[in-house]
Amino acid sequence: MNVLEKNTTTDKILNLIQNNTSALLGKEARDLAIEAFSNQGIPNRKSEEYKYVNMELALKGDFVFAGSKKVSAEQVASVSFLKDAVVVVIENGIFNLTLSKINSLPKGLEITNISESTSIEAFQNHFSKYADVNADTFIALNTALASGGVFVHVNKSAVIESPIHVIHIASVSENTILNPRNLIVVEENAQITIVESYVVVDSSAKAFNNALTEIVIEASAIVDHYKIQDEKDNGNLISTTQAVQKKQSVFSTHTFTLSGALVRNNLNMVLDGEYIESHLNGLYLTNGNQVVDNHTLVDHQKPNCNSNELYKGIIEDKSSATFNGKIYVRKDAQKTNAFQSNKNILLSDDGTINTKPQLEIYADDVKCSHGTSTGKLDEDKIFYLRARGLSEASAKKLLMHAFASEVVGTIKIDALREYVEAKISKRFE
Amino acid sequence: MLSIKNLHASIGGKEILRGINLEVKAGEIHALMGPNGSGKSTLSAVLAGRPDYEVTEGSVTFNGKDLLELSPEDRAREGVFLAFQYPVEIPGVSNINFLKTAINEIRAYKGQTPMEAKDFLAMVKEKQKLVELDGKLANRSVNEGFSGGEKKRNEIFQMAMLEPKLAILDETDSGLDIDALRIVAGGVNKLKSKDNATIVITHYQRLLDYIVPDFVHILYKGQIVKSGTKELALELEEKGYDFIKEQVGA
Repeated sequence: MNVLEKNTTTDKILNLIQNNTSALLGKEARDLAIEAFSNQGIPNRKSEEYKYVNMELALKGDFVFAGSKKVSAEQVASVSFLKDAVVVVIENGIFNLTLSKINSLPKGLEITNISESTSIEAFQNHFSKYADVNADTFIALNTALASGGVFVHVNKSAVIESPIHVIHIASVSENTILNPRNLIVVEENAQITIVESYVVVDSSAKAFNNALTEIVIEASAIVDHYKIQDEKDNGNLISTTQAVQKKQSVFSTHTFTLSGALVRNNLNMVLDGEYIESHLNGLYLTNGNQVVDNHTLVDHQKPNCNSNELYKGIIEDKSSATFNGKIYVRKDAQKTNAFQSNKNILLSDDGTINTKPQLEIYADDVKCSHGTSTGKLDEDKIFYLRARGLSEASAKKLLMHAFASEVVGTIKIDALREYVEAKISKRFE
Repeated sequence: MLSIKNLHASIGGKEILRGINLEVKAGEIHALMGPNGSGKSTLSAVLAGRPDYEVTEGSVTFNGKDLLELSPEDRAREGVFLAFQYPVEIPGVSNINFLKTAINEIRAYKGQTPMEAKDFLAMVKEKQKLVELDGKLANRSVNEGFSGGEKKRNEIFQMAMLEPKLAILDETDSGLDIDALRIVAGGVNKLKSKDNATIVITHYQRLLDYIVPDFVHILYKGQIVKSGTKELALELEEKGYDFIKEQVGA
């Protein structure tokens, strides 16, 4: 077998890595990450975990690391949809202090450039401790290369009322692979809301954003987390969220995929304590030739925890959407309640839905369920609305909103909910 | 107002309506009765423009317009209202928002500006009273979790909001207890005027004690086989549908 030909995309990236390694880790850990990437390589269509997303196609052609174009304050303002938020700007994968608004932070909140955080104790305690380089090739790639991103630290019992809006904004003139790396540590009994948004502006080439955020949620902490993905046609996004929860904590995470040529979300959650509550909500609206793939993993390791997952999608044109939801209930995790639901509306004959629930249960006293459905818009409902004077288009729009509302309704920030609703309206005009 | 001439319609290749003729003038109430499967609901569906039905012959004019040429929404905008026998539940769509959209699209069709929010809310309040609909129901998702009676009341509430010229009530009495029936019928009577007309489709005469028709028509095997005044409904109630079957020699 011609190994060289088989791994051209992987080799291309390995060659690039040599001069761009991450300064966030010591040499030993970095070499392990490079080795892990080299072993796993860029997945092809035969790879079980990536069979519905063509990564080799997304990475075809020449690529560089880190973007050369500058992002302006006006461009940032145009995508700052939360007026009262603490704004952190990640420009082409790198933390940008000038574009960020972090000069007067509430008490108990510390925000630093991740590359300047290596001496901070909480960073040292947690950085790269959860995202396993051998579990996923993009975790390995990010770990080997990551040099930018943000470190958010919330002190014990601090309640941060303003949301933290982390804007990942890319602007590229040549095909660029970005590897932003964020770490969020929420100490015991603290509360925070984090919104991560992903946009590509003024770009004449492909942005391939391999973003990784680790979230550590200590005992009794409450974290509300949102990902708003709207990268348009030049955006290719691998977005990995690696979360670990300690006892009695509550984590709600919401993933809204509004655009992007290719979007792959890896959401991995470890429930490492008792009486934990986890909510996973997702909504994806796909059209054109878009490919959106949501992989989620909820790992119940201890007893008496609840997880509740709801993903919904509306698929148009020739786009394709994948939902793969794994739930592990370990032997010790008795009295687990784990629920999962994936519902889709297919608006075209050429669209594709792949949905795969995967439950692995090793405890015997648990309540777990999953359900999936894929259908068209209900003709009876459309007729009912038209018979009251609504045009066919507005009837469909109303029904689409209604379908999405179950997920949109879980957004706790009013301004964010309105923003997402407006995006949905615009989409189905 | 409404003129149906020799209307034939089928669904899935099966002919259900086989030459209906009916004239309805403004200010009139017509009752359409008939046994199950006689074509009552098909007629209402065809008039409202349900896509599954195919009109194979005949014509329907409504205030001078060819009704069959119009889309379902344009029929509604011209003033045709169908109260569904089985109103659908639409989770996630609020009753009030949907009615606001409907009213404003109807107004736009007529070249009118959107209704002011305060006028709309005043209207909601007034019309809710008419059908004794709980304010909470009006604000919920369309028919979601409503009882049978609440769904029917919601239909009449919507009818009151949309102020149609021609209302077709498709078995609005089915599944209603006597109290709900009185409320629904009371609503219909209050909405009656010399400018609008109503077609009441029912299997039973009881509803006609509350909504008194000017004319009663009996539908059988896709045709109107007998027409008369309200006494015909009483006769039918007394003798049963078999008497019609005998008369038409079925």
